[in-house]
Amino acid sequence: MSAGHHRFVSTDRRVREDRRFVVGKGRYVADIDLPNTKHVALLTCPYPAARIKCIDKNAALAMPGVRYVLDGAELAAATLPLMTGLDTPNVPRRPLALDIARYSGEWVAAVVADTRAQAEDAAEAIDVTYEPLPFVLDAEQALASGPLVHEAHGSNVLLDKTLVWGKVDKDFAASPRKLSLRVKWGRSSTVPIETFGVVASWDPWREILDVYASIQMPRYADQISAALKIPSKSVRVHYDVDVGGSYGVKRGIKHTVLCGFLARRLDFPIRLIEDRLENMRGGDAHGPERLFDVEVAFDDAGIVRSMKMRALENLGAYAGRSPFQLGKPIGSIVGPYKIKSVEYRAIAVVTNKTTQDAVRGFGQGPTNFALERVMDEVANVLGLDPLEVRRRNLIRHEEFPYLIPSGTTYDSGDYHTVIDKVLANMNYEALKQERDRLRTEGKLAGIGIAACLEPSGGNATFEALLNPAITTSTFMDSCRINVDGMGAITATMHTTSSGQGHETLVGTVIGEVLELDPDSIRVTRTDSLNSLPSGTPVGSRMAIMLGGAAFHAALKLKAKLTAIGAHDLGIAPERVVYDQGSVFDCNAPQNKRTWADLVQIAHRNIHRMPKGFEPGLAVSHVYEVPTGGTLPTPDGRVQMYPCFSFEFHLILLSIDPDLGTPQIVRYRLGHDCGTQINPKIVRGMTMGGIAHGIGAALHEEFAYNDEGQLIAQTFMDYLLPSSHEVPAVDIIDHETPSPHTVLGQKGSGESGYLGAPAALANAVNDALRPLGVSINTLPLKVSKLGDLIAAARAKGK
Amino acid sequence: MRIKLTVNGAAHELDIEPRTTLLDALRDHLNLKGAHAGCEHGVCGACTVLVDGVAVRSCLMFAPQAEDAAITTIEGVTPGPGELSPIQDAFCETHGMQCGYCTPAMILTAHALLAANPEPTREQIVEAISGNICRCTGYAQIVEAIALAAERMRGVNRPSEEVRK
Amino acid sequence: MKAAPFEYFRVADVDEACAMLAADESARVIAGGQTLVPMMVMRLARPTRLIDINRIVALSYIRADGDAISIGATTRQYLVEHDALIAAKLPLLARAIPFIGHAATRARGTIGGSLANADPAAELPLIAVILDASLSYRVGSASADIPAREFFVGPMTTALPAGACLTDVRFPVWPGKVGVGFHEVNARRSDFAFVSAAAQIELTDDGKAKRIAIGVGAATDCPIRLESAEKQLAGTELDASKVKDAVHAALADIEPLADLHATAAYRRRVAATLAARAIADARAHAQGKIHAH
Repeated sequence: MSAGHHRFVSTDRRVREDRRFVVGKGRYVADIDLPNTKHVALLTCPYPAARIKCIDKNAALAMPGVRYVLDGAELAAATLPLMTGLDTPNVPRRPLALDIARYSGEWVAAVVADTRAQAEDAAEAIDVTYEPLPFVLDAEQALASGPLVHEAHGSNVLLDKTLVWGKVDKDFAASPRKLSLRVKWGRSSTVPIETFGVVASWDPWREILDVYASIQMPRYADQISAALKIPSKSVRVHYDVDVGGSYGVKRGIKHTVLCGFLARRLDFPIRLIEDRLENMRGGDAHGPERLFDVEVAFDDAGIVRSMKMRALENLGAYAGRSPFQLGKPIGSIVGPYKIKSVEYRAIAVVTNKTTQDAVRGFGQGPTNFALERVMDEVANVLGLDPLEVRRRNLIRHEEFPYLIPSGTTYDSGDYHTVIDKVLANMNYEALKQERDRLRTEGKLAGIGIAACLEPSGGNATFEALLNPAITTSTFMDSCRINVDGMGAITATMHTTSSGQGHETLVGTVIGEVLELDPDSIRVTRTDSLNSLPSGTPVGSRMAIMLGGAAFHAALKLKAKLTAIGAHDLGIAPERVVYDQGSVFDCNAPQNKRTWADLVQIAHRNIHRMPKGFEPGLAVSHVYEVPTGGTLPTPDGRVQMYPCFSFEFHLILLSIDPDLGTPQIVRYRLGHDCGTQINPKIVRGMTMGGIAHGIGAALHEEFAYNDEGQLIAQTFMDYLLPSSHEVPAVDIIDHETPSPHTVLGQKGSGESGYLGAPAALANAVNDALRPLGVSINTLPLKVSKLGDLIAAARAKGK
Repeated sequence: MRIKLTVNGAAHELDIEPRTTLLDALRDHLNLKGAHAGCEHGVCGACTVLVDGVAVRSCLMFAPQAEDAAITTIEGVTPGPGELSPIQDAFCETHGMQCGYCTPAMILTAHALLAANPEPTREQIVEAISGNICRCTGYAQIVEAIALAAERMRGVNRPSEEVRK
Repeated sequence: MKAAPFEYFRVADVDEACAMLAADESARVIAGGQTLVPMMVMRLARPTRLIDINRIVALSYIRADGDAISIGATTRQYLVEHDALIAAKLPLLARAIPFIGHAATRARGTIGGSLANADPAAELPLIAVILDASLSYRVGSASADIPAREFFVGPMTTALPAGACLTDVRFPVWPGKVGVGFHEVNARRSDFAFVSAAAQIELTDDGKAKRIAIGVGAATDCPIRLESAEKQLAGTELDASKVKDAVHAALADIEPLADLHATAAYRRRVAATLAARAIADARAHAQGKIHAH
């Protein structure tokens, strides 16, 4: 990664947040001890669906340390249902089940006690009478008939929308070849090592609800205030809480509404830190479980002209924003390919499983997986090389900006060059020979390719596309910079952070603009009452959005410093040169004003300030997402995210045919996210994304048994990859700057994850091909592979 | 019950329920917040501390069991305010973390490894940290941090006597 | 995820432990706690009294004992892992120990604890069964021994009488030209196995199996010996196709477990594969062709 003309951007700098983490001084929500805090434990429903006939709290209330037992009826009477994305008023979502519980693990009652252990003791003592009800787990069954999860809604379907872009029927009719494929993305999630936690404290005299939470979520404070029916100015969310990993899911809105209610009701601070069982069963943090039926029309050269994609999403029992995860992929529905027309049908159904929330990529990972599996099959039926088929279909560098059928224009890219760079490093023919050698040694071996996009920047107009009642076209982020009277610089950001290095980002960008050492700039995180607008770190957007806000705020500061200097030097601003915090006359460099001079003038010598200038050196900038500001057309076209990062995965994988155990032999990644502001951060995100993708592809699944019980609810059964399961990966960087962003940067918060499962699935299928079988359901677990191989071999005999 | 714990060289007397895990005792009673609860059932390793120099899961020990042992937490391996140990510094150099939640445990595991094996191979590092789940990094920069720390602690970077003169 | 309340007692000797166990049938012994504590915090186990035997010095040892090695019940797994006597005399145990959990759990986990918990997928019960270990326990003031093959009676269930405290396990040492093999399969390398298999072989000077012990773990409720295969293969040169047929036949009648991670068919099939591999490794090891580690 070359720094090019930059001073600090793209250079190999440390990440400032790391210093506190390595000494154990991160400040996570569980570290916050407010005096007199009481603890919450939850009683959960043991059935996938049940009517709650009676809740007897008496025994629990009599137990040591117990302060309160709250049930769904009391909470529902005092609060409004949680916000949902779609207009589905008959599918209300509440923190505690009201009358009917709709999945095993759903919260039925909350106990408040002096210690967490006492709260757990009392939760066991609550006597609930349930009437078990019929339930449905499978999305197709829920769609076809199935018992209704929400009787009042009249159907299990929350969304069924078909969008057609271009002449799909004509393109299909004109194409000599067609192919259809059914693939399924298994139910997994991001599963951070820190569970969700919240501490809420109500001050009735100031009328402020203080909230400390491990949160990563847009409009969090708004949603708390709406549900609790208190003004938003009475909710103070503290953003200076370190979040122990999120990758999308840390959205404990129901947890917060519950604790906020209890804090107000009981008048002491309330703390709910999910334990791992609560987190896995009832934290409402599962990810997509999506069935795809994809059909493509193509020619003998493998050029794909048109695609029909039907995506059926198993939402679980309730919906917040999760159905929108079917919407975001519309912004890059053709991936990096020149597919001319698309029909997309998005269906979301409710079932009696745990509720979903946003997961890294917001639905893009499953869609990329489906598209890349299909591209491999196109190559397969034509007997062409899968890499060659991709090269023929990829958008070429000179074709950018490139408008895709669904209305989004891709900013920039150089996909062929990225692939060439990867192959310069690992000869493709040699790799094929290595695969074939493994095969002659008795292994199953396959090469897996995936060429995927990472939409970044968070122009979330899919909301308006899927729900016409939404007219949001604004997606902002902000930065404020203040130079104090001593000349020190403090910048603020206005959201929480969960490991993405945002403080480093802000410091680096401001330092770059002001030509000052980033480490000399303090970066703080405010609270929601002291904040400018922020869309929060979702949609791989902070490098673009917070980086953009910081850049523009710094430019404003620089302009002000220059103007003050020019005025004091008595020359035209055009003659002034800004140089590392000082300004001088370009015609007479000895005539200068130092940083200290400028601070002195701004803070204490208003008589030396230009007329009409505000005293002090405080600036702020609210930055709107590039390419934002438009709503969908009536035929369903809209510009979504502004920037599109590219990743090209190339894997050699072997499988022990007797055991079914896959082993990644080689892993190489070409990655282009434009300008990398901090290369250490980008690499870490990308490697972490690959590890997460390995989990989703091979290991992780929230599996249910036929009785509707989640059976992968501990870390002994839900298998997060350890250091043994993540191979060394060679990452080859390429840099195609985005024309839309201040430094040419694109997003990388989802990189690796958006292509790894597709590449692994393609590698496994390439390995299985000699046996004449294929597998298209994730995760590709060892036993499943072993049984499939054994059956194929038995048939072959 | 009343117990005595020796943590980072200091003796403490605590009044706890027997069911209090060592992890909860450290966090809730001694205000040592560097050990983190991840799964509380012994899989993720975020609660790792050193007991008599050996890395163990503090969520799988009840606090009374730790009486008479020398317990070391991340706070105990930090040399002083503003100062980092070579391992901590190496984690900063390679950015061997993101959210920081698994980091103190990872660093203590690295301390235990390097105390027993000053020159670990990549495979030995991978094996040593395989009981500590990190969800952010994919481990590459963690492995590099430990290798770098080992190299530095062996004095590979130290100027030779000749150079110092 | 906090344990239900209990009383904690740290005992100084086995007499005290047995007296306390006799006094309260809901009392339980805690050794390393690496299995028991997760069950307690999930409230799947709720002892009223926890009897901590970790400090009983007399239960932590590794020593030669005639033609066997005796290991005290509370001996930490990592001590066994790094012990020279074990490496020299019990190569199969030495080979299997690193597969138990992670270094951090072996640092606390004990030999007796793993045996007494009797998880079907645990490595130590399988090794004990293959080596025909003998387990000693105390009930009250009486001592008794029980062969490993009679000790494991079901998943997490042993023949240990109520109120008993496991004290010692005695592994016979095989003399001669001995080789060992151990294999297991899981999704992540350090997890409980879906299937494990091990073999120990003594070869004659002309390369025939003088003595052979083969076992499979994690496939069924308890670790099993493949006795029919042992009989068939004893005295042979362990030809690969004979081995394959013998282990297949020996596994034909087992009732494999099925769960989230692996089907019964998978376990039966892979048990045969791993057993054959373990035998091949053991043979090569005995011939000096491969090292145990």
